[in-house]
Amino acid sequence: MHKHTVSQLSRGLREGKYSSVEVTRHYLQRIARLDERYNAFISVDEQAALAAAEAADARLASGDGAPLTGIPLAHKDIFCTQGLKTSCGSRMLDNFVPPYDATVIERFRSAGSVILGKTNMDEFAMGSSNESSYYGTAHNPWNTSCVPGGSSGGSAAAVAALLAPAATGTDTGGSIRQPAAFCGITGLKPTYGRVSRLGMIAFASSLDQGGPMARSAEDCALLLNTMAGHDPRDSTSSDVPVEDYTAGLEKSLKGLRIGLPDAYFGEGLDSATGECIRLALKELEALGATLTAVSLPHSALTIPTYYIVAPAEASTNLSRYDGVRYGHRCADPADLHDLYTRTREEGFGDEVKRRILIGTYALSAGYYDAYYKKAQQARRLIRQDFLDCFQSVDIIAGPTTPGPAFALGAKDNDPVSMYLEDVYTLAVNLAGLPGMSLPAGFVQDKPVGLQLIGPHFGEGRLLNVAHRLQQATDWHTRTPADGENAA
Amino acid sequence: MTITQDDIEKIAELARIRISGEEIGEVTQRITEILQMVDTLQAADTSNIEPMANPLDATQQLRADEVTELNRRDDFLAIAPAVEDGLFMVPRVIE
Repeated sequence: MHKHTVSQLSRGLREGKYSSVEVTRHYLQRIARLDERYNAFISVDEQAALAAAEAADARLASGDGAPLTGIPLAHKDIFCTQGLKTSCGSRMLDNFVPPYDATVIERFRSAGSVILGKTNMDEFAMGSSNESSYYGTAHNPWNTSCVPGGSSGGSAAAVAALLAPAATGTDTGGSIRQPAAFCGITGLKPTYGRVSRLGMIAFASSLDQGGPMARSAEDCALLLNTMAGHDPRDSTSSDVPVEDYTAGLEKSLKGLRIGLPDAYFGEGLDSATGECIRLALKELEALGATLTAVSLPHSALTIPTYYIVAPAEASTNLSRYDGVRYGHRCADPADLHDLYTRTREEGFGDEVKRRILIGTYALSAGYYDAYYKKAQQARRLIRQDFLDCFQSVDIIAGPTTPGPAFALGAKDNDPVSMYLEDVYTLAVNLAGLPGMSLPAGFVQDKPVGLQLIGPHFGEGRLLNVAHRLQQATDWHTRTPADGENAA
Repeated sequence: MTITQDDIEKIAELARIRISGEEIGEVTQRITEILQMVDTLQAADTSNIEPMANPLDATQQLRADEVTELNRRDDFLAIAPAVEDGLFMVPRVIE
């Protein structure tokens, strides 16, 4: 049963082959038995999951089921879930039980899907390896001595290890796409504003975006259909009408123009990974697409721009954690100043502190123009590069990451080298574009991710291209031997 | 741009994060490395480029000034570290 995709499970539930309670119990048992190896989950509430499954079964029986009714899903522990701890991977929120649901969670609940549990992540979504989690790192199911990627590493590991049929993630600079690539699954970061950020704990508000992580593009389309849409309670949410993302999946790729940025295939790209990407691109050519070289002249500005904008916004967002209204509070504060500074010393980990300090510096008097304003100007140049490309191509393709999953501990003590891991994913967030990663072969038995980037609100086209490629290839159907043996 | 231990202490105070004496050297070193990396941006020509705050250049959406939320004071107080008489409690500020 755990090998089924979401769309298969959806059919099976409707045809009465099994009940949601059976499916949910099956996954809960797998989590209980196997998650010790992966540490993909921070919280699991079996009782609440089974109660939701029972309600879903009643709804299915009455003929009132939606496509995701009865489907168990894992949610990144950044989405507020009423009554279920939402830690954001931080000691600061280790005791935080939200009094409300994120809009994304509310939408999944009203679709009748079941919450299996909350997944592990880098603290406050700051990281590319899952190693900054207060709850210990998650492990890559393809090789448990390697990182699953981050920050949505727990969601990626859970889906790859078949502990959940699909999951949610968030992506501020690659946090859906990079772990999807490292764990051999399919993940989509939608256009900025496509998915509501209400109740999605904020890291960098002009970059953050939630999206689906699953074992196929078709499943991502199913999840996105439920996640996407205008939310009057998120003032940055887009009111552009939402398409049915499953409707265009089968469209032919004849005449599709794919742009290949020279900057994504140059120095720094592992050669075996590059070979995998070229092979996947050949498959797309065979399906009728044409490949053209394109140029992103300002791509060298991407990493420095991101590492000003994201920390600046993070330092502002994370100022709310003051030990007064919720979350961690230090013991026996001498005065209010001591309460603030010690609460934040104890509650935040090293990487989060570094980013708050960088951001505070970049925004402080005398430095604002040189850093934050300069970065916002560079950001416009970076976006313009993409808009220029989309004059002549329909989508852009390249690797998601410079190489396959690296070993645990390899970059943990070297922030700058960790930052370079996201060299191909950061610009998509700065430009607000949709981007996805899908499996495209293996290097040293570890998955490689192909990244597709579309124009604003072009996620339907990306899902279509990914789906057609997945019909012609079988990389996305492979599952780690580790999970098989352990099962 | 070089940054000193003194600078880091000032920034940490602005950010209200206590950094212990044994950690300050390491933190200064890491922040210096990161700032060296982001300083490469200074070479970029951004003259006459309008700063971009929103990737869709969207402006703030407004709504009618009407009460749309229920008052859930008790729910919010229930998750606070210290409350009394319906108020959040902090150490004494005014003697």
